[in-house]
Amino acid sequence: MANPSFRIDVHHVTRVEGHGNIVVDVQNGVLKQCDLEIVETPRFFEAMLKGRPYAEASHISSRICGICAVGHATASLRATEKALGVEPSEQTVLLRKLNFHGEILDSHILHVYMLVAPDALGVGSVIPLAKTAPDVVLRALRMKKLAGDLCAVICGRHTHPIAMTVGGFTHFPTTAQLQELRDRLVAVRADVDATVELFQKLKLPAFERDTEFVALHKDDEYCFIDGKLASTDGGEWPVEKYREVTNEYLVPHSTAKRAKNKRQSYMVGALARFNVNYAQLHPKAKEAARALNLTPKCVNPYLNTVAQVVEIAHCVEDSIELAERLMKSGVTWRAPVQPPTLSGEGVGGCEVPRGTLIHNYVIQDGWISGANCVIPTAQNMGNLEDDMRSLVPTILNKSQSEITLDLEMLMRAYDPCISCSAHMLNVRFE
Amino acid sequence: MGARPKVAFFEFTSCEGCQLTVVDSLQTHPELLDAVEIVRFREAMSEKGDDYLVAFVEGSISRQSDEAMLKQIRAQASLLVALGTCAHLGGVNSIRNRQDLQSVRRYVYGDKADWYETYPARPISAVVTVDAVIPGCPIDRNEFISVVTALLQGRKPVLPDSPVCVECKLKENVCVYQRGLTCLGPITRGGCDAICPTFGDGCEGCRGLIPHPNLASMKNVLAEFGMSPDEFDRKTTMYLTYQMMELEAAKNG
Repeated sequence: MANPSFRIDVHHVTRVEGHGNIVVDVQNGVLKQCDLEIVETPRFFEAMLKGRPYAEASHISSRICGICAVGHATASLRATEKALGVEPSEQTVLLRKLNFHGEILDSHILHVYMLVAPDALGVGSVIPLAKTAPDVVLRALRMKKLAGDLCAVICGRHTHPIAMTVGGFTHFPTTAQLQELRDRLVAVRADVDATVELFQKLKLPAFERDTEFVALHKDDEYCFIDGKLASTDGGEWPVEKYREVTNEYLVPHSTAKRAKNKRQSYMVGALARFNVNYAQLHPKAKEAARALNLTPKCVNPYLNTVAQVVEIAHCVEDSIELAERLMKSGVTWRAPVQPPTLSGEGVGGCEVPRGTLIHNYVIQDGWISGANCVIPTAQNMGNLEDDMRSLVPTILNKSQSEITLDLEMLMRAYDPCISCSAHMLNVRFE
Repeated sequence: MGARPKVAFFEFTSCEGCQLTVVDSLQTHPELLDAVEIVRFREAMSEKGDDYLVAFVEGSISRQSDEAMLKQIRAQASLLVALGTCAHLGGVNSIRNRQDLQSVRRYVYGDKADWYETYPARPISAVVTVDAVIPGCPIDRNEFISVVTALLQGRKPVLPDSPVCVECKLKENVCVYQRGLTCLGPITRGGCDAICPTFGDGCEGCRGLIPHPNLASMKNVLAEFGMSPDEFDRKTTMYLTYQMMELEAAKNG
């Protein structure tokens, strides 16, 4: 097959906030077309936020994504708080961090176990695993339940959070609840170790393509909330200058906007965070990274999943410390901090499971008059497309089913929502 | 029941949080997996079966081109269940139904607005007949289990007709009105165990109106707590835009 011609035309590949298609067209060994089409219905959240009272914004915007609901709510609250000059208390900051870890854990566990672990164990999906490797499935369920329960204790439920509000919380966990969480987190360490062990066995393609990685950064912690935007190509930007980094643009084949910074595209997500913020990882997470042979700067996008495993280790350890700090200081019921002003503009930034999320609001007299959200999936689409365009010419000697599988696994590595994108591509050969 | 009924999950305009909640329900009720055969559920599996008996549909319909797919699902499924507020009532997607559609498109997509097809968001029942509803944003996982159990036993699932307030009182919550907040609990269908007031927030009406809601009385209560009629109207636009617009249309004949 010296100069193959074929077309891969995949309808609804992933659940990139819904639905996407892959189109690959190769003519006589030359890649003619390689597009990732996002055909999800337009959501219009920015327009829906306009004209709403500021207090509703976090509740409406959490509905952008059932998987990153806490992340959207947190970014939304930070945007509102910065616009209105609200300074949350230390207790609020700690509770938000702990809550946020719950969401990162929930999402990562779902992704690594439902999408990727079946590959490591040589099966097609997680369902047959329940019979052949019940310990793996039970472990995944146990870990995921803990992550969900963590959010439920702090904000009522993971999808969609209730007790999170501008300036604080409307409900608080008891010491007994925190103690129980802490004990379960300590007990889950063995499951984290087993997860690392499982992923040591996983063979992933050796594809590499140097690209720019962007993540929020703080000098003194592995950053998930606030911080500055930082790039592996150098440079730091306050989140208020996010437009200088994201440079969003539209392409006709996608309802998701795209982004580019210093190069044609950049990547956000667990691997980007790992590359930008390796120094701030918890020592136990660094240990996990060593065991998994993951070192910064890693430019193999397939290893985004491995970076997620490292982050699972980090979030469990940091959650234990946060729970202990909260128990030591004692959680007290406090009314949310009231805004000193009802007009202003603010930008909130968070690292949600799939990468950097920005909410930017203008508020006038308590009403939202302008809103802009930049979601991780939009930022990653250009980079994923560039990866595909770089990968396909190098694997043209493979069979079409192998090419399809490599593209599937690449999509899966980006974790475009929690779709089990395993074997979802239908290759049509012409 | 002989062979396990085949079940499929679909989604239209939504955040997919309800299907995520289904996954979470299965964590605590794995026996359901023995009672049905899931032939399509992209969040959990890769296979795509087309011979399903029961279809769960999440999300509202917000563009013409999605209608054909929904009608196809209806033609195949013996039982079609609306999963969550978006499918049941249009959900937050219908907030924009009271806005000018063209300016909504322009606000998000600028001069490329015409690239993106859309129309006012609607519940799936505006397009096809729906056999059962699991309300909520997101759905309540216990209610999901009880509705599915009823369907498997060949019973029509019964949703509470009582307002959220009933469950809130049973939980002995301090009324959020006493804490200076407002709440749509008096006119909103219960069944959620009053989870929002329990966690300190007023009800936003995600489960839809109870039958024969006394809206006039609700407005009076809100006025007593300093809320203007405009504010009341807006409060009912978060989840209830479609339902309220229908009521207005019926009233105006």
